[in-house]
Amino acid sequence: MQSYYLLCSGTLKRNENTLLVEKSDGEKKVIPIENIDSIHVFGQMNFNKELLVFLAREGKPLHIYNYYGNYSGTFLPRDKNVSGELLVRQVEHYLDPQKRFFLALAFVEGAMFHAKRNLREYSGTEPFIQKIEEELDKAYSATSIAELMGCEGRAKEIYYQAFNLFLKEEFYFEKREKRPPSNPVNALISFGNSLIYTTILSECYRTQLNPTISYLHEPRERRFSLCLDLAEIFKPLIADPLVFRLINTGLITKDDFDQDLNGCYLNDRGKEKFLKAFDQKLKTTIKHRRLKRKVSYRTILRLECYKLIRHLLGDEVYAPFKAWW
Amino acid sequence: MMETSFDSLRITGVKINYFFICKRKLWLFDRGIQMEQESERVLLGKLLDEYSYPRKKRRRVTIDDLIAIDLVEGDTVREVKYSKVFEKASIMQIGYYLFYLKGLGINKKGIISYPRLRKSKEVVLTDEMISELKEAMKGIEEVLTMPSPPVAEKKPYCRKCAYFEFCFG
Repeated sequence: MQSYYLLCSGTLKRNENTLLVEKSDGEKKVIPIENIDSIHVFGQMNFNKELLVFLAREGKPLHIYNYYGNYSGTFLPRDKNVSGELLVRQVEHYLDPQKRFFLALAFVEGAMFHAKRNLREYSGTEPFIQKIEEELDKAYSATSIAELMGCEGRAKEIYYQAFNLFLKEEFYFEKREKRPPSNPVNALISFGNSLIYTTILSECYRTQLNPTISYLHEPRERRFSLCLDLAEIFKPLIADPLVFRLINTGLITKDDFDQDLNGCYLNDRGKEKFLKAFDQKLKTTIKHRRLKRKVSYRTILRLECYKLIRHLLGDEVYAPFKAWW
Repeated sequence: MMETSFDSLRITGVKINYFFICKRKLWLFDRGIQMEQESERVLLGKLLDEYSYPRKKRRRVTIDDLIAIDLVEGDTVREVKYSKVFEKASIMQIGYYLFYLKGLGINKKGIISYPRLRKSKEVVLTDEMISELKEAMKGIEEVLTMPSPPVAEKKPYCRKCAYFEFCFG
């Protein structure tokens, strides 16, 4: 199973029991439905209700991105994985401040672990790592989610500040800006983060977790905030190293971006390069220590959902994923 | 003496089957934590059930939403299984159907079919089996009232289970 990223424009439709992509230049491509994990639509695509009904029947999410490559929304098929019990427990862990804090802190811990791990790859980053550790120490003794969020925010600022130490000079990066991304590095980070978010949403959808009930982020955010929580752990593990590699190997250059008054965005060629690298990364496998079998990064995302379920069911205490290699 | 009744427990045939295979799976399944849709083996089982015995008419007969019999013909009820690995669990599952039907005043024999092996096995409801089923029903009640799932224990057949990654990942 894999994700399909459609950058082209044309029509996406059901063809018997397969999916048919008809590009505007007339080229046709058939995708067997069984191979699909999720579909990501970047280009101008037409589709009809028949397609959505088909995707719903097969339980395949369709993620949609706008012209700039920002996440717009998802057609999430009717949920077949429902567990009232798990929902009640998810809410219980949100309403109980201690239980909520435990999970929120775990997500921050996982995020910062991978942030530090990234920095450690490069020389001269020690002072930054140390400052992140100080923020993490403060996080452990925080008494509210707001305080925890403060530590997390500052730690992340420090993390981003370190980027200039090892990124190519022409990609100098002043600070993290999201809406809109002001320069190429911000554009890459934003793009990577939205891909992590939608990938986690796809994996979450295959479990009984309710993606709206979250612990670090507020469930009020009118988003699938549980996916935001889990994404914290995986953004620095999966997306950020891609950004470093694409820039430093010269695979992505300034020509892969469009800059206008609305900010800086990857153009189609840039998106294609990024998506290719991202997809490859998701398919990369690691020997799992407990399962004693090879699992892909994508599976690791799924396993993280399972770990959370086990925690919520009182089966096993949750510890965030920490890359051990 | 209080007898374990069918009504209060709402025990399905699948639950009887799971009780004899894995109590943790039983608990999780009962709470809606289902993994089956992700499993290729489960899909194979479903296809087998669908495509074997195409000439038989009374297929998948559901009674009281509790027991779902694969095939009914004359004085026998038939359960189609993919392999013999969990034969004990299969016997108890079909035994439970027979026991349930007996409670409704219907006496039948059971057959477990293994179309892939071209074999089948007859199951007759004995007094011994009835008492074992009653024990199982009590056991199921105990498992299902636990606040958390029974602890995962690694058994040789875990690696092929749809829940493997859930339990050990």
